[in-house]
Amino acid sequence: MTEKGIDLVKDETASTPGTPLLDVRDLQVEFHTREGVAKAVNGVSYSVEAGETLAVLGESGSGKSVTAQAIMGILDMPPGRIAGGEILFQGQDLLKMTEAQRRKVRGNKIAMIFQDALSSLNPVLSVGFQLGEMFRVHKGASRKEAKARAIELMDRVRIPAAKERVNDYPHQFSGGMRQRIMIAMALALEPDLIIADEPTTALDVTVQAQVMDLLAELQQEYRMGLILITHDLGVVADVADRIAVMYAGRIVERGDVREIYREPAHPYTRGLLDSIPRLDQKGSELYAIRGLPPTLTALPAGCSFSPRCDRATELCVTERPLPVTVTDAEGAPIAGRTSACHFWKETLHG
Amino acid sequence: MAESTREPILEVRNLVKHFPLTQGIVFQRQVGAVRAVDDISFELYPGETLGIVGESGCGKSTVAKLLMSLERPTSGEIFYKGEDISRLSGRALKAVRRNIQMVFQDPYTSLNPRMTVGDIIGEPFEIHPEVAPKGDREAKVRELLDVVGLNPEYINRYPHQFSGGQRQRIGIARGLALNPEIIICDEPVSALDVSVQAQVINLMEKLQDEFGLSYLFIAHDLSIVRHISDRVGVMYLGKMVEIGSDSAIYDHPTHPYTQALLSAVPLPDPDAREGRERIILTGDVPSPANPPSGCRFRTRCWKAQDRCSEELPVLAVPQRFADADTAVAHESACHFAEEKPHVAHA
Repeated sequence: MTEKGIDLVKDETASTPGTPLLDVRDLQVEFHTREGVAKAVNGVSYSVEAGETLAVLGESGSGKSVTAQAIMGILDMPPGRIAGGEILFQGQDLLKMTEAQRRKVRGNKIAMIFQDALSSLNPVLSVGFQLGEMFRVHKGASRKEAKARAIELMDRVRIPAAKERVNDYPHQFSGGMRQRIMIAMALALEPDLIIADEPTTALDVTVQAQVMDLLAELQQEYRMGLILITHDLGVVADVADRIAVMYAGRIVERGDVREIYREPAHPYTRGLLDSIPRLDQKGSELYAIRGLPPTLTALPAGCSFSPRCDRATELCVTERPLPVTVTDAEGAPIAGRTSACHFWKETLHG
Repeated sequence: MAESTREPILEVRNLVKHFPLTQGIVFQRQVGAVRAVDDISFELYPGETLGIVGESGCGKSTVAKLLMSLERPTSGEIFYKGEDISRLSGRALKAVRRNIQMVFQDPYTSLNPRMTVGDIIGEPFEIHPEVAPKGDREAKVRELLDVVGLNPEYINRYPHQFSGGQRQRIGIARGLALNPEIIICDEPVSALDVSVQAQVINLMEKLQDEFGLSYLFIAHDLSIVRHISDRVGVMYLGKMVEIGSDSAIYDHPTHPYTQALLSAVPLPDPDAREGRERIILTGDVPSPANPPSGCRFRTRCWKAQDRCSEELPVLAVPQRFADADTAVAHESACHFAEEKPHVAHA
């Protein structure tokens, strides 16, 4: 705790005030495959402040997880390659660091929670050992100290009877409890930023609620930045402050969660929101976005969404729309809201 | 609803499935049983969709397997048009199965990668040649591809050449091949992306109208089940705890488990964060090998009293609501059934 406090003060003085915790600028990632070069991420920019939750929303293949892996430095290279861009963490470009420097950041400053806790944990080591490893490797703690810290962490994420269960193996825990262990592991070194990649997708809905509540509470307590990667529009509405909607490796819309849900400014976002059935009312036929996402090896020249868009014109097919700042009905720009659509005005107001 | 006037097409009576737990390698002795499905009864009416919801391990997929005769029940009956099909075998079973088909969850593993789409959809005709004589098969397969919204020219392609949503359409076409009356769908859209999910759901609704199909729709996504179902049953640890019309279950749930389940679903509406009561259940689902006495939900229930551990609540319309003329009068297996506002709504 005290270490954390000192860290924060130091960081605030080191970087100029107003610098976001994480600032991804024009990131480009490609994969070399037999079918050609798959452009998984094509110029993604987003930023996260301390204590804030940014939800990155997108379907499979939209590049949301690849972006996260690039930030974390766990991208498989090759076949992956970072083709351009910067990832500024507390003002320093992670992509320019040596592997040794990055290792100090990973876990210590940026931690990640994965979807599948069972395959992310080592099945032949006890959870106490795996949690304690964080302290032994990064802080040089003794085995005894490490175990005590592991029990403390398990208590912190409300695993019942932590003292008795510290020597249990991952398979002896339920799915929800395993995901709590993953959260405990991510929190172990009190990082400044947590990236959660579909943290509750594998869980049942009642357990999902428990885990999301815990994550939100701990995030507030430690004032961490949180990047929540998900395809679940319900989870996003529940916990996010801001959203970035991704489609085919680009951010198509960005802004405050309430504003986007109320008035989407991109046809893809609007289509997604219209295509989910509601729990609280019985609707008629669902709106379905026609067609399929494009293959990443052969992206359309213009707007990637144009082949599926009801509003698409000749302009959309030939010219790629760049993100523009969205304005309200009176023409005043809305802070932090962008849309990459030639017809965002019509989508927003009509 | 026309339930009272119509005969059910499928009727399940006191269905039980216990999987034995054994010990020993050469001399196996039974040391217990996983009570996957424990005394369940429900009806499915012609042309309707009955949704079954529940969390993992509640036994909903075992129900699907029992209805398909992929598993044999420990006890209980399954009546198809008045005839008990749970113990049929051979020719008689084959004849019944023609009318009950299945669509599986995972479109990646439920299609043989070495068979062409034409062979996959046409395979049911090998078993039931009376539906389509040999010469007609290709035409029939092309027609089925067209019905599910795929290009009939794709007949010679292999599954890997299709996306997840398209594969699920192939699975649906295979399910339709024998003109069945009932289709059992076990999590048919849970592996698909949101935008593709809507396409498949709309297709399934269109096909239901076109062919007068009855669906048993098993899923864990409560919003999708509400959208597609006429009636919904909620399962917990091998038991049906509540069943009724979609409005009864979603707008007037009276069982605490249903209420907790609904309140845990995040609504896609940031303005609903406040004003909605969240019931966060503590603990995990108990093991179906050793379920709690009495009411199975009592270990996690905030209303539980001594009576709950002694007396198993039966699935029936609760006494206090028996005279009510609204959707609140539906079957709920709880001693203390009552309505709780603001669980699904803001």
